[in-house]
Amino acid sequence: MTDVTKLIQASLEKRHNAEKRFQFYGILGISLAVLFLFVILISIINEGKNAFKSTYIKLDINFEEKIVDPEGLRNIDDLKFANYKKLITSSLKNYFPEVSDKKELRSLGEFISSSEEQNLMNFIISNNDYIGNSKSFWLLASSTIDVIHKNPDMQNLSEDDRLITDRQLGWFKSFEKNGDIKFGLNKNFFLKADSTEPEQAGILGSVIGTFFTLFITLILSFPIAVAAGVFLEELAPKNKFTDFIEVNINNLAAVPSIIFGLLGLAIFLNVMHLPRSAPVVGGMVLALMTLPTIIIATRASLKAVPPSIREAAIGLGATKFQTVNHHLLPLSLPGILTGTILGMSRALGESAPLLMIGMVAFIVDVPGSFTDSATVLPIQIYLWKSTAARGFLELTAAGVMVLLTFLILMNGLAVYIRQRFETKW
Amino acid sequence: MGFWSFFTLLCLIGFYVNWYGTTKALRLNANISEGGSKLPSLPSYYGTHSFLWLIIPVITFLIIWFFFKPYIMDFFLNKYISLNMDDSFTGDPSMLIDTVKATDPENVFPGTNPLIIESAKYYNQLYLSSDSYVFISILILGLIFSFTSIKRISFSFQARQAVEQSNVNLLIICSVIAIITTVGIVFSLIFEAVRFFEKIPFFDFLFGLVWSPQTAIREDQIASQGAFGAIPIFAGTLLITLVAMFVAIPVGLLSAIYLSDYARPSVRKVLKPLLEILAGIPTVVYGFFAAITVGPFLKDFAQHFGFSVASESALAAGGVMGIMIIPFISSLSDDVINAVPMSLRDGSYAMGATKSETIKKVVLPAALPGIVGAILLAVSRAIGETMIVVMAAGVAANLTANPFESVTTVTVQIVTLLVGDQEFDSAKTLAAFALGITLFFITLLLNLLALKIVRKYREVYD
Repeated sequence: MTDVTKLIQASLEKRHNAEKRFQFYGILGISLAVLFLFVILISIINEGKNAFKSTYIKLDINFEEKIVDPEGLRNIDDLKFANYKKLITSSLKNYFPEVSDKKELRSLGEFISSSEEQNLMNFIISNNDYIGNSKSFWLLASSTIDVIHKNPDMQNLSEDDRLITDRQLGWFKSFEKNGDIKFGLNKNFFLKADSTEPEQAGILGSVIGTFFTLFITLILSFPIAVAAGVFLEELAPKNKFTDFIEVNINNLAAVPSIIFGLLGLAIFLNVMHLPRSAPVVGGMVLALMTLPTIIIATRASLKAVPPSIREAAIGLGATKFQTVNHHLLPLSLPGILTGTILGMSRALGESAPLLMIGMVAFIVDVPGSFTDSATVLPIQIYLWKSTAARGFLELTAAGVMVLLTFLILMNGLAVYIRQRFETKW
Repeated sequence: MGFWSFFTLLCLIGFYVNWYGTTKALRLNANISEGGSKLPSLPSYYGTHSFLWLIIPVITFLIIWFFFKPYIMDFFLNKYISLNMDDSFTGDPSMLIDTVKATDPENVFPGTNPLIIESAKYYNQLYLSSDSYVFISILILGLIFSFTSIKRISFSFQARQAVEQSNVNLLIICSVIAIITTVGIVFSLIFEAVRFFEKIPFFDFLFGLVWSPQTAIREDQIASQGAFGAIPIFAGTLLITLVAMFVAIPVGLLSAIYLSDYARPSVRKVLKPLLEILAGIPTVVYGFFAAITVGPFLKDFAQHFGFSVASESALAAGGVMGIMIIPFISSLSDDVINAVPMSLRDGSYAMGATKSETIKKVVLPAALPGIVGAILLAVSRAIGETMIVVMAAGVAANLTANPFESVTTVTVQIVTLLVGDQEFDSAKTLAAFALGITLFFITLLLNLLALKIVRKYREVYD
């Protein structure tokens, strides 16, 4: 081998190593990105998987007549105002006969969620004949007990870090030993709105609020954006005015979402005096934010329709408007719908502008109309995350899972429409 | 009449006038004498014209009513209150109006002044009945317009031209909404920001080093007057953006290079949607991840090695924001790298260059303007990003360049200043709008700059 070939051999090896290194960096980059995705998803599922079950405790409730209906008239108003907490406390007392101290009884009463008083009341109103008898119930446990039940290793912590006292832990263990404590489906999570107690808080209120908000967004932004897209792409003359509109649309697409919130606050709330926290205002703000997305999608899918279609229609004597209505719009509809769904899914995940218009309120009722105070899914997540109580942490993660499920459904629909209906020219 | 019954009625009438116009045109066409020509437009256009003449006036009047209703209601309520006012009413009349509006006559607090309950009843009744009257009159007006259109149907009336012209006008109005929105943003921000700068000098805001937006709630309070120097906030925003870019640029760019030049089509088909999922995750989810997982992890990690990291550190918020921006950078760069023509690569290979040499020396320089544009767009996105920093960054405005400490950003401050009770004459609330307009102009400039770079330095091949 001559010196020159040796030299080349050596440099080639170096260059090939550099090549391998570079390729490795590329793989490293993409793997990091994918790794981040999985870490996010797994940490959320890990955090939230327990939220879908909650703890129930089995108790024999004795509906003593002198507590439930002291006058014996079976009058609904009497039944409504009876002391159901006392029923629960006395049955807990029966369970642990050794507890007699008032303070201890109170800390024993903390085992059962306060929502069960209402449930017992409803039960007794519809089943009058149980008064004086007893029946065993699986009662919803309070959030602290639920947390201890779900994280058994917390039992080994010191009393200060554990949320419950040593005494309460003893009771908890005897419930466990007797098999009178179990996990059940967390119905409240799916059927209730927000609450101060984690075990009673649910996602339904914000799901309905999201539905109202997005409905307004859709009916405002879809027609307006399609009209604007059709005008700019098909009918508009090329002049300064239409250029200006285009520049505006492109800029709006890049404006930070929180600015739209400031606009909503200054114009919709302060000038127009629309109600605060209402889905109608939230929907209007999100509609303004979604407009550019749908306009751009409309234009792109109109552009994809080949000119031969336009020429054929015009050649047969159709007006420009008829060409658009009869041919271009039907042909580009799948693309427009895909863009709309993607825009709506962005609106679904958006929360910053809604913070500005007061949709960040604590709302315990499921909203019933477009002007009721409401909150939306992402903001419910934000609110729960900002709450200190331990039980809200898993609710937050569960809320995230619900939000992601909706997003996956919407994006899946968009992909389906694109693959099923879109024509490739 | 409630809104929904109005809506149903409107639909019914709409169908009716459409049908009536069309059939009238058909009848005219059927009755023409031998050799006469038909109507100049298709019959359905006559129906559509009548329909448009119903719907356009109705919607216009509805919008007008929607805007003016609160003022009209206040006027009547004011009149009612001043007529029935007696000594048991105390307080400012405008406050009284708010009290009355907030009172639900079905469910009153015990001890509410009976006159207030009466007024609230009057107001509720007025609120409902006014809607009915207005809806009915709007419908009648619409019908009158519609019937003038039906009356016009004749052989000399070209309905198609009229319908198409009004449709074009409608489309123009829809397009102009984009302009109206921009103007609305600029004006609402400027209007409130000017009020802020009347209280706080412009240069104190832009160059002040202390930010503590606490103003006295009561006149006699000794609390501080509040300091509105925005430098710590800008510095914090910059720090978090830098951290984000530090994560996003290498990962995003390397992913783009790998996807466009190395990955086999089958691999690309799997990896690209995964990156798109990363782009589709809502920011509130990233915020939750940053606050619950990354923040505590960094804190524990640092403690393990004996130094301290704030639990709301710039590192956690910025790092997660970087993850959010990865797909943004990678998909934009992927596009520009793919746009570099194959002939350039082939030329380089023919000279004996390896793949990585080709990418580093030929493809990337050719794609550079597009990549710089993508990075600028990503920076503008990072600056405007809200939820991640609201959930994972701090509120206290520390002036520091240490990413392990807690800093605050423009968007966090806007949210903290505006969520909760607002008084629109305090500097504290107005400061949010001053920050907002700064944010708007900075992101606008970055976007325009990115566009300009892409346009100016783009190589035109073929």
